[in-house]
Amino acid sequence: MSNRNAKLINWLWMILCFFFLFSPGPLWAAGAVQGSTGMPWWGWPIILFFFCFVLGIIAVLAGVGGGVLYVPLVSAFFPFHLDFVRGAGLFVALSGALAAGPGLLKRNLANLRLALPVALIASTCAIFGAFLGLALPTNIVQICLGAVILFIAILLSTSKNVERPTVTKQDAIGLALGMSGSYLEETSGEIVHWKTHRTLMGFLLFIVIGVAAGMFGLGAGWANVPVLNLLMGAPLKISVATSKFLLSITDTSAAWIYLNKGCVIPLIAIPSIIGLMLGSIVGVRLLAKAKPKLIRYLVIGVLIFAGGKALLKGLGY
Amino acid sequence: MNIKVNSREAQASPEQIAYANLLFYVAWGAILLMTITYFLYVTQLITPYIPIQDIPKYWSLPANEFAKHTGNPAGWGWFPLLGKGDFLNFAGISLLGTLTIIGFLTLVPAYIKKKDWSYLTITILEIVILILAASGILGSGGH
Repeated sequence: MSNRNAKLINWLWMILCFFFLFSPGPLWAAGAVQGSTGMPWWGWPIILFFFCFVLGIIAVLAGVGGGVLYVPLVSAFFPFHLDFVRGAGLFVALSGALAAGPGLLKRNLANLRLALPVALIASTCAIFGAFLGLALPTNIVQICLGAVILFIAILLSTSKNVERPTVTKQDAIGLALGMSGSYLEETSGEIVHWKTHRTLMGFLLFIVIGVAAGMFGLGAGWANVPVLNLLMGAPLKISVATSKFLLSITDTSAAWIYLNKGCVIPLIAIPSIIGLMLGSIVGVRLLAKAKPKLIRYLVIGVLIFAGGKALLKGLGY
Repeated sequence: MNIKVNSREAQASPEQIAYANLLFYVAWGAILLMTITYFLYVTQLITPYIPIQDIPKYWSLPANEFAKHTGNPAGWGWFPLLGKGDFLNFAGISLLGTLTIIGFLTLVPAYIKKKDWSYLTITILEIVILILAASGILGSGGH
């Protein structure tokens, strides 16, 4: 990594750390109804925009979705209620997935035959998850969110994805649905053929993934990839790309539930979406020169911090 | 895993390419639309339904409480208010939410043509699920 880029990334982290340490979020939240906010109405949206811009860069460099960072960090350090953070979080994840989808589909990395059956399960369960998340008391959701974020941090630090898992025999469901395909491995010029196995177990896990995505407003890439890759045997590239495309379907169903429940405020949602999209574009440019491993460890650290904070917030500390 | 040298096999299907093209133009169009409507909103060139300076007073409350204080509509109640600066933003937001449904509709004729009945069924079921979620029939309003 060149010195210039290393410096830039260090700066991004310093800005985030500074914000975490000096965020007046909880104070604002306490006095919100009385309107004793002190800052003009445009203050928080501007901070949110730049925060999401930095988050977008870091998410790309760390190889995680924006939603998984957005919900725990914004709910921890901004004065918005969790309802609005989850509503915006789903649209953040949705817009990122929709923007990335075309390139992945055209290169046949995101595969409709793999995505469609699991998307049907996950999107149906995401509706249930959204209703569940909106029905439960906020502190319970905060506690569960904290636990899930800590689990994701552990998953990110321990999960060892396999580039091309060996699938000796396709199972009956995978065979019946034709869940197989091929793609061009650009690094070697090979055409790689793949097929799935343990499809039923994969489908069952997508029930849990869908509920979690809807309940917490998180993009579920962190869970999609290990299930598609490690359990169902899809190659890593196919799993990552199909997961991104899957989010556009899973998050659509949950996002509509939040929208219909009045949980989407444009003043919060739009700077988040645009900030993260612009950050992602810059992140892709920095990707070639960054040290993803180091950034990944830093993200895991931030997730542990944010998860712990959500947990404590839910417990009333 | 087999490795063969036949690049045609690795190409995306025509329905996949059609879906990708639709996603590309509409998704970026929606993001551009949101940028424009947000500018109109925050500059208050179009008067918002909920006074913009009131929103920070209530955004730390749950959505139902926020609605009580601000009159924020539930379900599709925003649709008749599209002429207001704040709800004009919902044009781009709802376009993002509708895009997947439109994309799935384009897959239906392709699967009929291929006589791929299992994927046709999955596609139709997905469309029904997404429309149900979007319609507000399953539930809207405060919680």
